[in-house]
Amino acid sequence: MEMLKTYLQFPFVQYALIVGVLIALCSSLLGVTLVLKRFSFIGDGLSHVAFGAMAVAGVLHLSDDMLFVLPATVIAAVLLLRTGKHTRIKGDAAIAMISVGALAVGYLLLSVFSTSANLSGDVCTTLFGSTSILTLTVAEVWLCIGLSVAVVIIFILFYNRIFAVTFDEDFARASGTRAEAYNLLIAIVIAVIIVLAMNLVGSLLISALIIFPAMSAMRLFKSFKGVTVCSAVLSVTCAVLGILISILWSTPVGSTIVAVDICAFLIFCLAAKVKGGTAK
Amino acid sequence: MAQLTCSGLDLGYDGRTVLSGLDFRVNAGDYLCIVGENGSGKSTLMKTILGLIRPAGGKITWGEGLRENEVGYLPQQTVVQKDFPATVQEIVLSGCQGRAGRRPFYNKEEKDLARRNMERMGILLLARRCYRELSGGQQQRVLLARALCATRKLLLMDEPVSGLDPLVTAEMYELIRELNREGVTVIMVSHDVAAAVRYASHILHVGSEIFFGTVADYRESALAKRFLVQEEGDPA
Repeated sequence: MEMLKTYLQFPFVQYALIVGVLIALCSSLLGVTLVLKRFSFIGDGLSHVAFGAMAVAGVLHLSDDMLFVLPATVIAAVLLLRTGKHTRIKGDAAIAMISVGALAVGYLLLSVFSTSANLSGDVCTTLFGSTSILTLTVAEVWLCIGLSVAVVIIFILFYNRIFAVTFDEDFARASGTRAEAYNLLIAIVIAVIIVLAMNLVGSLLISALIIFPAMSAMRLFKSFKGVTVCSAVLSVTCAVLGILISILWSTPVGSTIVAVDICAFLIFCLAAKVKGGTAK
Repeated sequence: MAQLTCSGLDLGYDGRTVLSGLDFRVNAGDYLCIVGENGSGKSTLMKTILGLIRPAGGKITWGEGLRENEVGYLPQQTVVQKDFPATVQEIVLSGCQGRAGRRPFYNKEEKDLARRNMERMGILLLARRCYRELSGGQQQRVLLARALCATRKLLLMDEPVSGLDPLVTAEMYELIRELNREGVTVIMVSHDVAAAVRYASHILHVGSEIFFGTVADYRESALAKRFLVQEEGDPA
């Protein structure tokens, strides 16, 4: 406990906690929609694209790689949504191609044009986010706060419409809601969240942050609002726990958070079994 | 003037024409059943009327103060909905979306409307229950209540009784008839020609031959005789 108090006085630990909580909150909010719309795979595909973009930014020696990675990922999100809509199988293949392709090209670029002495360390950091959250600059923290606040405001303002489009796209379109526009909005917001979350858990583990809290909440809760709120609270709790554990026992931040999420999921599954209500 | 007039309508998607030269009109209070074999373009027609697919040719005109997005739509259930965590109330309320327009939240009037429609469909007691735990018939009532929130005048239904057992099917048909008697125009896609003839006021038969007219005329047509004999002669 004493050790924890000392650690909490360091600004980098405070930054990590702030950013961790915000990212966990944002990803869980959209996670419910993504899981229900059967879009989970888009999160995965986009995270690989973000990795590729990161590599390109590194090769080009961009001073602020965020400025390149963010637009690249948003564009990929829009493209993936387009292809995924027409025919299901082709869409699946397109996502697999883009995500694996981005991963391979990203690593290739990093290897060929590497400027750092510790290539595998760099790659590991980008993929699993091992330490980057503990080395955040003040500017990055503010960027994260700004984007997170924007995501939360958008989510609250469009909550009813997001629900309508998630539950029944055809009905929503028939009654005058511009479903395509909202799908686009959802994809863009997801891209933003993924780029943010790369700092926290790295690009390979982002999907876990999006999917696990939503799946856990869906075990126990029966209303969309209940699931959304529970998923947000759970995600934030898991992120804080994960960060604290990783600091105290010096485990990798990203994987620790995901491990806590998995534990929470198992607990919720058990609780649902005991309750027996939603066993179906 | 008719609520809905389709003139010279050509239907198709991905550049393929499914049906062409469709002419029919729906007046306020009509109960139109669209029948035809599988793959004859019934669902495409429904989606075109709803504005989800652009017509390949011809014109759809709305009348009597009815705008395109003022129709209530009862779609076929999708896979996504089977395990969707949402309460009955949340789903019915989402029918008010078109009404709310740009306003981000529902107001009291819309919440009252949702409540009244749940009462009308006899599902008020289920308001806080989870949609995925309901029976097929109850789920259809929820979707019908949602459709009623979106319209006062016109309901479009896509196979509303598919997957329901015979008793619940009869209940559903009665419910729809009741709504029609209250003045709601009904347009329904169905493959159940026998029920269509029993409940509807007009029939639109699509396929290789096209028929549009009242039920009485339809019974006399050669097309109907073939279809009805087939159904009634079926031992199952």
